[in-house]
Amino acid sequence: MTAMAEPEVGRARVRKEDERLITGRTRWTDNITLPGMVHMALLRSPTAHARITAMDTSAAKEMPGVIAVYTGDDLDPGGEVGMPNAWPITPDQKTPRRPMLAQGTVNFAGEAVAAVIARSAAEAEDALAEIDVDYEDLPVVLGLDNAVADGAPLVHEDMGTNKSAEWIFDSSQAGSGGDVQQAISSSDVVVTRRFRQQRLVPAFMEPRSVVVDPTAPQLTMWSATQVPHILKTMVAMTLGLPEHHVRVIAPDVGGGFGGKLAVTPEECAAVVVAQKLGKPVKWTESRSETMVSAHHGRDQMQDITISASRDGTITGLKVDLLADMGAYLGIVGGGVPVLGAFMFNAIYKIPAYRFSCTTVFTNTTLTDAYRGAGRPEATFAIERIMDELAAELGMDPMQLREKNWIAHDEFPYTTVSTLTYDSGNYEAATAKAMQLFDYDGLRREQAERRDRGDRVQLGIGISTFTEMCGLAPSRVLGSLDYGAGGWEHAAIRMLPTGKVEVVTGASPHGQGHETAWSQIVADQLGVGFDDIEILHGDTQSSHKGLDTYGSRSLTVGGIAVVKAAEKVIAKARKVAAHLMEASEDDLEFADGKFTVRGTDTSTAIQDIALAVFAAHDLPDGVEPTLDSEAVFDPENFSFPHGTHLCATEVDTETGQVRLRSYVCVDDIGKVINPLIVEGQMHGGLAQGIAQALYEEAVYDEFGTLTSGTFADYLVPSAMDLPSFTTDRTETAATSNPLGVKGVGEAGTIASTPAVVNAVVDAVRHRGVNDIEMPLSPMRVWRAVHKGDTAAGGPGAEAGGGLGSIDSAHGGAQ
Amino acid sequence: MIPAPFDYVAPSTVDEAVRALADAGEDAKVLAGGQSLLPVLRMRLAAPTTVVDLGKIGELKGVRDEGDAVVIGAMTTHYDVQRDPLVHDHALLLARATDTVADPQVRHRGTFGGSLAHADPAGDLLAPALALDAEMVIQGTGGRRTVSAAEFFQDFFTTSLAPEDILVEVRVPKHTGWTAHYEKFNRVAQAWSMVAVAATVRAEGGTVAEARIGLTNMASIPVRATAVEQALVGRSADAETIRAAAEHAAEGTSPTVDGNADVEYRQHLAKVLTGRAVEAAMAG
Ligand SMILES: Cc1cc2nc3c(=O)[nH]c(=O)nc-3n(C[C@H](O)[C@H](O)[C@H](O)COP(=O)(O)OP(=O)(O)OC[C@H]3O[C@@H](n4cnc5c(N)ncnc54)[C@H](O)[C@@H]3O)c2cc1C
Repeated sequence: MTAMAEPEVGRARVRKEDERLITGRTRWTDNITLPGMVHMALLRSPTAHARITAMDTSAAKEMPGVIAVYTGDDLDPGGEVGMPNAWPITPDQKTPRRPMLAQGTVNFAGEAVAAVIARSAAEAEDALAEIDVDYEDLPVVLGLDNAVADGAPLVHEDMGTNKSAEWIFDSSQAGSGGDVQQAISSSDVVVTRRFRQQRLVPAFMEPRSVVVDPTAPQLTMWSATQVPHILKTMVAMTLGLPEHHVRVIAPDVGGGFGGKLAVTPEECAAVVVAQKLGKPVKWTESRSETMVSAHHGRDQMQDITISASRDGTITGLKVDLLADMGAYLGIVGGGVPVLGAFMFNAIYKIPAYRFSCTTVFTNTTLTDAYRGAGRPEATFAIERIMDELAAELGMDPMQLREKNWIAHDEFPYTTVSTLTYDSGNYEAATAKAMQLFDYDGLRREQAERRDRGDRVQLGIGISTFTEMCGLAPSRVLGSLDYGAGGWEHAAIRMLPTGKVEVVTGASPHGQGHETAWSQIVADQLGVGFDDIEILHGDTQSSHKGLDTYGSRSLTVGGIAVVKAAEKVIAKARKVAAHLMEASEDDLEFADGKFTVRGTDTSTAIQDIALAVFAAHDLPDGVEPTLDSEAVFDPENFSFPHGTHLCATEVDTETGQVRLRSYVCVDDIGKVINPLIVEGQMHGGLAQGIAQALYEEAVYDEFGTLTSGTFADYLVPSAMDLPSFTTDRTETAATSNPLGVKGVGEAGTIASTPAVVNAVVDAVRHRGVNDIEMPLSPMRVWRAVHKGDTAAGGPGAEAGGGLGSIDSAHGGAQ
Repeated sequence: MIPAPFDYVAPSTVDEAVRALADAGEDAKVLAGGQSLLPVLRMRLAAPTTVVDLGKIGELKGVRDEGDAVVIGAMTTHYDVQRDPLVHDHALLLARATDTVADPQVRHRGTFGGSLAHADPAGDLLAPALALDAEMVIQGTGGRRTVSAAEFFQDFFTTSLAPEDILVEVRVPKHTGWTAHYEKFNRVAQAWSMVAVAATVRAEGGTVAEARIGLTNMASIPVRATAVEQALVGRSADAETIRAAAEHAAEGTSPTVDGNADVEYRQHLAKVLTGRAVEAAMAG
């Protein structure tokens, strides 16, 4: 017997895609140049809410290189086209039409109002300045409380309200728990907080870009999107094109984080313009455009109440959310906060729960999915209030969590929000994390520093999180009125030379699917890692799929790959039996070979592939192909979890926060590639920490985004972050054959409350029990010295750098 | 983010550059390292008709010894300033401040002269230039003149440079043997200063013989913390003296308000950071 090859799954392979991505030897959408291609530039509204009373494009049309200038009415004379919202969260949801280019009114600063088409991108941009638009200002609606106040001015006059929908879950009605009001009124301890989830910018690295080629009967669209399949169907439906005449290609895409889970006005406008002109059209945005017009994330006001008995047993949880949708609903729209509804109860056994959410319009850029989408918000609120409850009870915050979490022998466990967690082991992850972190040692140091009255105080923050991912069981989506299913497709093509092409409906944009899928298939089929090519992102080769978001690619798409491989093997088994003149039942398949049990007669799968290609000698009735495809629809979500511990040093003189150490032990089930997992964790942590400390999209009172450049919107770099200690426990998911759970969002979801808890913990003895995010030095300083938790508020002006150039120049004009 | 069209000239001498600027009139702009100008052009906050690139003028680059002063060519990059032995020996404060500017990419392209001419109040090299009593050598259509740092900086992004003037070099009086520290406060590593304090001292024994302190971003122009300097000179530099002296740091400042800091917080930071800067400078 030969030794078994070392399994590919579990190996920390360097990613296949790295070389071309790092050296730039790939083709991004903006690199695509077609014969006769013209360029589109968009004029964007400088004002947040106004009626367009006149628009004169004649001078722009005379500019050098200009081919055409279009207004909203030019592209859509009937005013019928609106960008899709796939998730109407209630039957009576108010869904304003979001046109390609503004028609009649502009509803946020940055909304496109006209398109210039020119021979070069530079000429198109030059001509924008020549378009004359008259705006008649309308009252600007900003801020959730303002928008829902009685008599508030309206974003969409014709809707009669700024509220889009109200969505409620009540455990007493769902039969999954008790009545929360009763629980709260009969409890020993009640803690209430209002948390603000500031608005964030997804900040993907590659700006959005689209190229549309209308010169063949089948229109081809390249887009820097994370959802080519959804885009194809939605563009067809939105613009009334026959779906079979649309091909969408997402080439290599430089990040998305949910920000490219969208069907955008820019994409649709490019299609319409290309069709009008009969020429290929390219639009690539500048970073300044991304900041104001690509959707933002978060932006919620959370009123949360938790009740408990004196011994720390939680008795009830009540959440009332206001969620700022911006001026329109995006493709997921109100579904983002609804996804969070299932996660406020987190890892805890909570007997009564009520959640209500009102989605609200304001004159701002729309919000939609951003890494974690609803779940980071929920996790933040529950993990923050657990610390506040512990403080109120005088309990150690970890003890309080232990007292309430689901024990490892209680799985599967159906929560108060009706999800069934298949597996988990919070005790194991926590024990490992506490030890790596030296929890007791840090608590001692914290006490010493407090006693000495040190200038720099130490704080410890905990986040024991879980998330629902692997979106999603189609039936569950149906019950939530989501407009599509949650399955994923894969196909495997066995080539005559023994090489393998794997087609996936997931659409990577930086994650490393090519590597991970190759590892899975290498083990499944027993072929070499390098003999496998992963095809994705082109609706012509990958004809079916639901793309990449919600940590779904591996847990849904990866399982489809396994299922397709199983079918390949089943087909090959028939042929192998025939070729070796043995019974199928006598064949064993291992290491890429079928062996007749008890003999050394064997045939490699590559040989079978060649024999099937020749088709000279196949059993009767067997099709001459091993190629197979599968669609996997999960029966349940997956539930990664982890214990994150953060130590911060807070300079009480300046308010500056420094992360001293960060330990996380995550349980994401089985791991395909530990290096990719590590990368996802590090990036995820950075993004979650960024929400806690640095990032915020700030609007001034006119609705102008003042944090419109990276000089003012502070994305941290490695310089600002500590060296993370990441580790894992491995409790296999029981809901899929690989036992995998997903890791794409874990770091982002878990880290934000860990950091904020740590900062509050550092200065709690100074009377601080909350500080609004992001915890800027000024906010922390004010909280410590003035007892002001919302201090500093969102500033009206950006600070330093380009922002200050901006205001100085603005002032001089 | 494509700049508006402009003509481009790249003269090889300062005289030619001045002539090119004069010929092009009001709407010409000088290009040094481009680290501030290019974003401004790309965002179309400015649209000059002519851009005069100084990159090919050899005489504007480098550092030389001129007896009682170190002379730094306007086109010397941050990277070269950081590493220059003359700067290190005679104007250590400037080297320390330059270390904190942006990131390596920016420091390889951005120039000392460009930073001063740009006059962003949050820029890190203005306060050290002021504290060290630097003089700007300027060439315009009427020839060369020398302007003190105190006269040079006039307002937000405004200096005494006329449109056809070129900042040629900067004379920094030697502060040989002075220790120095630049205390920069910002929110992420690559960001501009919210507030920063440039401090350099000459110690004799444990006593402060001389002190020069400049504040970054505490007004529309860099500010000299004279009251702090006076409170330190002739005193032994113990923690209590430094703390008490630093209490004067906010005097005469008028900082702006932005999302990161209001006036009260900036003035508070100025005091705390001044104490820290002086302490670190004294420690060498
Ligand atoms: C990402 C980033 C981060 C940064 N962070 C910091 C920071 O932390 N601290 C800091 O201090 N700076 C920072 N900067 C700015 C940097 O220091 C620039 O180098 C500097 O502001 C301008 O220098 P420059 O040579 O690039 O000048 P340019 O951008 O070429 O020119 C700037 C202005 O000065 C004028 N000018 C330039 N040279 C002359 C001259 N010789 N005579 C007359 N006029 C002239 C130009 O016409 C223009 O108006 C940062 C820049 C970037 C891009």
